[in-house]
Amino acid sequence: MSYTKRFDGRKFDELRQMSAKVGVVSKARGSAMFTIGKTIAIAAVHGPRELYPSFLQDPEKGVLRCNYNMLAFSGGGERVRPGPSRRSKEISMITQKALLPVIDLKAFPGRVVDIFIELVQTDAGTRCAGISAASLALADAGIPMKDMVSAVAVGRIADKVVLDVNKEEEDYPDGMADIPIAIANRTGEITLLQADGEFTLDELKQAIELAKKGCAKIKEVQIAALKEKYMNGGGEE
Amino acid sequence: MSAIIKDHVLSLLSKGVRLDGRGLEDYREVSIEYGISPKSAEGSARVKIGDTEVVAGVKVEMGAPFPDKPGEGSIMVNVELLPMASPEFESGPPSIDSIELSRVTDRVLRESGVIDFKKLCIREGEKVWLLLIDIYPINDGGNLYDAAYLAALAALKNMKFPEVVEDKIQWGKLTKKGLDMKELPMSCTIIKIGNYFLVDPTEEEFILLDSRLSVGVLKNGSLCALQKGGEKSLNIEDIEKMISLAVEKTGLLRKAFEK
Repeated sequence: MSYTKRFDGRKFDELRQMSAKVGVVSKARGSAMFTIGKTIAIAAVHGPRELYPSFLQDPEKGVLRCNYNMLAFSGGGERVRPGPSRRSKEISMITQKALLPVIDLKAFPGRVVDIFIELVQTDAGTRCAGISAASLALADAGIPMKDMVSAVAVGRIADKVVLDVNKEEEDYPDGMADIPIAIANRTGEITLLQADGEFTLDELKQAIELAKKGCAKIKEVQIAALKEKYMNGGGEE
Repeated sequence: MSAIIKDHVLSLLSKGVRLDGRGLEDYREVSIEYGISPKSAEGSARVKIGDTEVVAGVKVEMGAPFPDKPGEGSIMVNVELLPMASPEFESGPPSIDSIELSRVTDRVLRESGVIDFKKLCIREGEKVWLLLIDIYPINDGGNLYDAAYLAALAALKNMKFPEVVEDKIQWGKLTKKGLDMKELPMSCTIIKIGNYFLVDPTEEEFILLDSRLSVGVLKNGSLCALQKGGEKSLNIEDIEKMISLAVEKTGLLRKAFEK
């Protein structure tokens, strides 16, 4: 079996169309909207602010809290029940872990930075879009970071390793492997790695290479969004 | 702290000015964007009033009718005050503020006749459409009452029924059939601070209010829903003034909606 042509006509190493904008939630300290294909994520950062109950406070360093949530109408099928689910709690946790390595928690000891990620529309890759949006919102909020995190889901479909799978590919009839990856771009370190489905070690290596290329392009979009806000609209491509 | 701000606000109001420079009866710019989640929701919309932003989406469901209304479908309205939208909103179970906002929005939609519930019937006594309307403030710049209602109404206007095969909804495949909106009810909330009546409050003014009145208004000027809020009482003159102000401002909202 061979996957010769992608359902939406993209090349195997091609991302979906992206857009990014920062400062979309004026009541938050920092915020961003990140769109990849039909997946739309909004992230907003509140804080550093007081952390209660106070036993959670750490006098040495701050706390980063992430909350991933799908709006009730954002799923492909039935209405998504509001409130946390096992899935959304796990994604919130891995999002926090994907961002922690680049954040200087010592810059806000005893306090908390809250990131809220809301999915407005979903077409696979939602945790990755959420992470890319969150990283951008943290930068917009001026939280000290040493790198920009970008994330993308790579898939193994039949004999091909493909970049940025959409829902139609995720539902590939013969099954597939879905491998979301987040990368701190400057150092190339991997801060999120999950996978489900069958794949070989060699395919995983290909997937990571592909994710690196993809994340470099995502980073360009993230940086352009920041420049657009902070450099008098003089952002570059 | 808030007492000092309130004194300041009152002294400004006595000169006919608000904190953001508006007059008491000035409404901020209203804009509506339709189909903000077209792949996922059967209907969706974004409403902006000044820097307030609210999104709403409709998902449909097929279910059994209520026993006392075997030939009618139904709606469910839910507002969640996302902690994203304001540092004041907290995660967790719905607060009483979000429940009141949901119910006030629900009441105008339900009681105004905008939705013909009989047309939501698929097979009497057996199967009907339920319209599940979820509303989310993304940025709270005040006046969530008017914005939430307008977003819900706009999402309903945007909605299309999905295809159905053997009683199963074909998700992602929409028909051309939308909702027949017979009426065009609008909702406007007026607040009272001291002896002053304000339209389209900012979030600061909303915190300082003494009382408020939400008014559902039909096209012909009749009323279809009311909700008094706030800790202070109103007299009949207040109520008359607030209702006439609300009726006047719904003209502007209706215009934004019909544009």
